[in-house]
Amino acid sequence: MKVYVCIKHVPNTAAKITLEGSTAYDESVKFVVNPYDEFAVEEGLKLADGDEVILVCVGKETAVSTMRSALAMGASRGLLVTVGEQFISSGVAAQAIVKAIQADGEPGIVLCGKQSVDSEGMQTHYRIAKGLGLPVVSEVAAMAIADGKATIERELEGGSREVISVALPVVIGCTKGLNEPRYPKLPDILKAKKKEIKQIPLSDLGIDAAGKTAVTNLESAPERGAAKMITGDAQSMANELVDLLINEAKVL
Amino acid sequence: MGNIGILIDVQDGQVKETNYGVVTAAASGAGEKIALVVSDNAVDCKDALQKYGVTKVVHVTADTPVDSDPEAQGKAIAEAIKNFDITTLVGLSTAKGKDQMARAAAELDAPAILDVMALDINAKTVTKSHFSGKTYASIGLTGDVVVIGIRMNAVEAIEAGGDATAESFQASVGGAGRVTITEIKKVESKTVDLTEAKIIITGGRSLESADNFAILRECAEVVGAAVGASRAAVDSGYAPHAMQVGQTGKTVSPNLYIGCGISGALQHFAGMKTSKVIVGINIDKDAPIFSNCDYGVLGDLFEVVPALTKAFKEKLG
Ligand SMILES: Cc1cc2nc3c(=O)[nH]c(=O)nc-3n(C[C@H](O)[C@H](O)[C@H](O)COP(=O)(O)OP(=O)(O)OC[C@H]3O[C@@H](n4cnc5c(N)ncnc54)[C@H](O)[C@@H]3O)c2cc1C
Ligand SMILES: Nc1ncnc2c1ncn2[C@@H]1O[C@H](COP(=O)(O)O)[C@@H](O)[C@H]1O
Repeated sequence: MKVYVCIKHVPNTAAKITLEGSTAYDESVKFVVNPYDEFAVEEGLKLADGDEVILVCVGKETAVSTMRSALAMGASRGLLVTVGEQFISSGVAAQAIVKAIQADGEPGIVLCGKQSVDSEGMQTHYRIAKGLGLPVVSEVAAMAIADGKATIERELEGGSREVISVALPVVIGCTKGLNEPRYPKLPDILKAKKKEIKQIPLSDLGIDAAGKTAVTNLESAPERGAAKMITGDAQSMANELVDLLINEAKVL
Repeated sequence: MGNIGILIDVQDGQVKETNYGVVTAAASGAGEKIALVVSDNAVDCKDALQKYGVTKVVHVTADTPVDSDPEAQGKAIAEAIKNFDITTLVGLSTAKGKDQMARAAAELDAPAILDVMALDINAKTVTKSHFSGKTYASIGLTGDVVVIGIRMNAVEAIEAGGDATAESFQASVGGAGRVTITEIKKVESKTVDLTEAKIIITGGRSLESADNFAILRECAEVVGAAVGASRAAVDSGYAPHAMQVGQTGKTVSPNLYIGCGISGALQHFAGMKTSKVIVGINIDKDAPIFSNCDYGVLGDLFEVVPALTKAFKEKLG
């Protein structure tokens, strides 16, 4: 089964985001495969059963490094649709991914993450599915494929799960719990350097980079600063805290 | 000038209370405030919804059963948007709400921003977290129809009074979809659902066992709080993943968050930093949580938490 995996090039979640101007940030931080997309890569490698696993990414040229990390996990090759800006609308990213896949081959399955950790859009895979005319299921925490059908467990609030049946091909949004992404070994990292990454400028696909959403400002989340400290014996601290929560913070 | 659609999250025939904040967020907008209740079965919610400013309640069904068919839900919502001249759809960013809004937005090729923390419904601008809560982005949406998903508890519900009309709408979605919900595996829990809770008490690695979480549950019960956990506690097997708060767990926004024996790692904060008030209980005066919270209690959680349970009982009971 030919597998397409959509991976986004995002800053490591531990990285400090230093803002520059109104919507830019210092991009000299470490970039990684979007953590939820790592589950997608791992699942793709399991499902491909010897067939190709093709990575698709829409990003700046620097995303090549991220694609190499996923190639080192075992993916076959990559398609990188290059764009100039960091925040492109989900609609634009999805269109680019759809066109790149359609020009490349027939997907048996398309695997995505349930969300990206930079822009937290939570929707690109739905738009990819619409563009490819395929069904989609997100927040997938377990999946089994038999007889051309996927039986999926989708995570809901409070730990409940929906069991879903869907015929392939399908677009999947992966979440934690689906599998344990493998760590590439040195020989795999070296091998990945030789794998093909085809770069396609967004404009070659006839897609306009301007979408229907625009980030107009980015600001650091307000920090609370140091806590008002409460010390003493356990019961007096507990009493003081409850009084503060009632009278000062007014949350009780 | 179109109307505002409010997607109501119905679960087991019930309208969750967190929906009312979404109605309040919509109430300041122009046009009719049309609640869309998507279900095969009638849901009695007109009285409650009109109290918060809904002017019309529409019971949405389709020419195929919708409750077990997420694709049909998305298409039926898209049809209702067109039929009722809705130009802005708002809804709750629950698992179901996000799924329905993403499906409807994709169907209509409409822009959508989900899990927003604040919005200006008339200007079509929103504020949402980027980079796991490290930054807040202001985003503008343009298009004939825009979709905005609101984070639970982000907007406080305010009663607005008024009367609503009620009608039903059957969408033609072109037959059954390809995605079928065959079963719902419920976990029975006595405690409140994390993402909906107004108060959350979490425990970390320092709880040392699953059994010890009982001291947090006892405390939580007194104030109607939900109990959560850090990833370290989940990975150690003290709590199920469904209880995990943080970047790879749940994002929560309660009025009050109390972290017990939680160091306050960046990835944990990613899931709870938009809480109104954050309390840290930690034995180490240099714990990172103390440098980024409202109240810090310096002590052993095994002593402080039971004392807190007692104080809650005495002062609130
Ligand atoms: C990609 C990625 C994703 C992650 N996602 C998440 C996530 O979603 N959620 C999450 O929580 N973490 C996440 N983490 C892990 C995170 O970095 C921390 O390791 C984790 O939050 C630490 O959990 P903890 O605070 O329980 O444990 P520790 O960091 O071990 O802290 C324990 C704390 O308890 C205190 N303590 C010990 N004994 C007592 C006592 N008797 N009374 C009071 N205090 C006591 C200690 O002083 C210490 O501060 C993620 C990490 C990565 C790399
Ligand atoms: N620029 C992109 N390049 C490749 N895949 C993407 C891109 N943006 C989003 N995706 C995929 O869509 C998923 C959901 O992203 P989002 O809608 O941004 O939360 C991600 O986990 C990726 O699998």
